[in-house]
Order: sequence, then structure tokens, then C-alpha cells
Amino acid sequence: MANYAHPEVLVNTDWVAAHASDPKVRVVEVDVDTKAYDEGHVPGASAWAWNTQLCDTVMRDILPKAQFTALMTQSGIDNDTTVVLYGDNNNWFAAWAFWQMKIYGHPDVRIMDGGRKKWLAEGRDLETMSRKATPSAGPYQASGPEYSIRAFLPQVQQAQKAGDTIMIDVRSPQEFSGEILSPPGLPETCQRGGHIPGARSVPWGKACNDDGTFKSLEDLQKLYGAEGVTQSTPVVAYCRIGERSSHTWFVLKYLMGVGNVVNYDGSWTEWGNLVGAPVEKGVAKSASQA
Amino acid sequence: MKPQNYSERKLEVEGWKVNLTVYQLGDKWHAKADNVSPGASLARIVADSREDAESKALARAKELLSRTKRHPV
Repeated sequence: MANYAHPEVLVNTDWVAAHASDPKVRVVEVDVDTKAYDEGHVPGASAWAWNTQLCDTVMRDILPKAQFTALMTQSGIDNDTTVVLYGDNNNWFAAWAFWQMKIYGHPDVRIMDGGRKKWLAEGRDLETMSRKATPSAGPYQASGPEYSIRAFLPQVQQAQKAGDTIMIDVRSPQEFSGEILSPPGLPETCQRGGHIPGARSVPWGKACNDDGTFKSLEDLQKLYGAEGVTQSTPVVAYCRIGERSSHTWFVLKYLMGVGNVVNYDGSWTEWGNLVGAPVEKGVAKSASQA
Repeated sequence: MKPQNYSERKLEVEGWKVNLTVYQLGDKWHAKADNVSPGASLARIVADSREDAESKALARAKELLSRTKRHPV
């Protein structure tokens, strides 16, 4: 981890095993499959459900600031708490939680490298009892929202027209081409398939090794460098609903040190449903998709 | 409790790559089927035997994946 741009945002499973009961550390599991936690989790960890606790459940948006503050308090998190996030499928939704915690300015958030998969594969202790954290005395002070790490539609439209920003589509090659309108086995959520014209295809999971850990800095530089990404390139990452792209955003910003990278959480469910939005179909020409 | 006999393998179901994860927790077997790309969970099964957990997870994955419509590009 040492040569990443910000190695302090990653911890390994040994570190978590040693610190899970540290009162200054809160471990939180955030899964794609919200039932995974109940089967067994890191001892002492609590869980956040991405589809009810990490979004506005009325309008389509991230968690509003007041609800974020309440979630932190209920989870026993103070402003100086070290929060360690982990989850299934290579920390996919853990990265989504990380992104929102940075929008609201939590200083010390980390991801357990390898996530739930590595913890299980290593045969580490699991606890099956659900944890309800003791609420913090508070008051928790959220800052922001810091939208310099979030892209909204007008910004993406402008960038697409100007052609001065690298758009990285992190969905599967079949979603990118327009062959399918959602990940295999899941309901279709858009009217049109394809990608934002000019976007490069780098599926999010390519940033991870088979054991769920992040690839080395050298491998990441090779992967994204092949698509023209440098530390100073403006980058917009998008997927279908903004969570896979939060993983890529994390990789680019914290592991590679790309200074100007944003997560477009409107993503394809917004762009692919817009009347009159330009759409490109077909497979990527880049090498990274293969 | 510690998970035991953790394994993963990739299969093709209805023309799609599926990652099947299996492990034992206590006297139960846990099986999880994900679509490989992007990695979304299709089925999560707990059963008394490895065979039962795997077959039920794959049956559910097959049911979901068979509904995936391929569009002309």
C-alpha cells in the first residue's frame, strides 16, 4: 500500500482484526447484497443498507445532510472517529459510502482492502449477532456538501461537448456497447443502451485483484494510463446508478492521486433516459475492455 | 465462528459468467452466485449441504439470467 498516493485510506484485514474493538474505530459493513451482514460479519461491525440508509428514499439523491448527521450519531461515530468501511464484491458499496462520507467531510475514513471476500477467504472470525451501536454523545458536525467530487448532469453535458474531459464508463462491456440495459439478471432501468459519446470503457472490477484487494499502483497506472488518464487529467467516472463509479473514483483519487476526478452518480439511468441526449453504441476500441 | 472450506469458481449460466462462492459456517453451507461483471449478487442460499446450497443458488441465478434481454447493437 505504501506507494499509493494516499495509503492512509486503506487498512488490511490484520489491522481491522487488531482494531475492531478500539473505541476510536467504528467498522461498518456496506454490501451490494444487504442480507450478507446477517450471515456473519467482522466482530463488532455494524451495517448500513445502501438502498435505505445511504440515499434519499423519496427523491433520487444521496443522503441529505441532516440524515447523514443522524446516521453518524446513531452509528456511534464522532467527528474524530476512524471509520473503516468494507463490503462484498470488492468493496463496491463500501466505496459508495466512502464517497458520501467525503461529501460531508468526515476526516478519517478508510477501506479494508479486500473487503468481505478476503475476510472470509482468510477464515477469520465472524459474528452473527446484529450490532446496534451505542449512539454517540454528539453533536456530529457534518460539513459540506462538498460537490467538487460530484458531477451533475449539466457539468457532464458541457464536458462531453467540450471534449476536454476523460469520461470513464465503468460498467460491463455489454452495458457499454448497448447490448444489455442493466447488469445481467437485474431489471432494465433505462430507455436506451450505449454510452456517452467519447467515453472510454474501463470496467470497475479491473482495478482489483482476484482476492478483492486493489491492484498495485503500477498496474493501475497502466490500466488507466492506457485511456489517457494522468494525475492532472479531468476525469468523470460513471456507471448505471453511481456506485460502481464511486469505486473507480476512489481508485483514481486516493490510490493514483488524480487531482480532478468526479463521480457522476446520475450515471446511465439519467443519461440513458434523457430526451435528446447523444448516445453512442458499440464496443470500445480501447484495450482495457478486453 | 470461523468460515471454513471457502472456495470460488466461475461458471457459465445462460450464456453469462457467474461467480459461485461457497463456504461453511458452523453446520450450514452458504452459497452465493454473482454475475461476474459487474459483480451484483444474484442468489444467496443457506443449506444443510454444499450440494444443496450450490444447486439452489445456481437455479436462482439461471432464473434471473434467463430474463436478461440482449439488444441488437
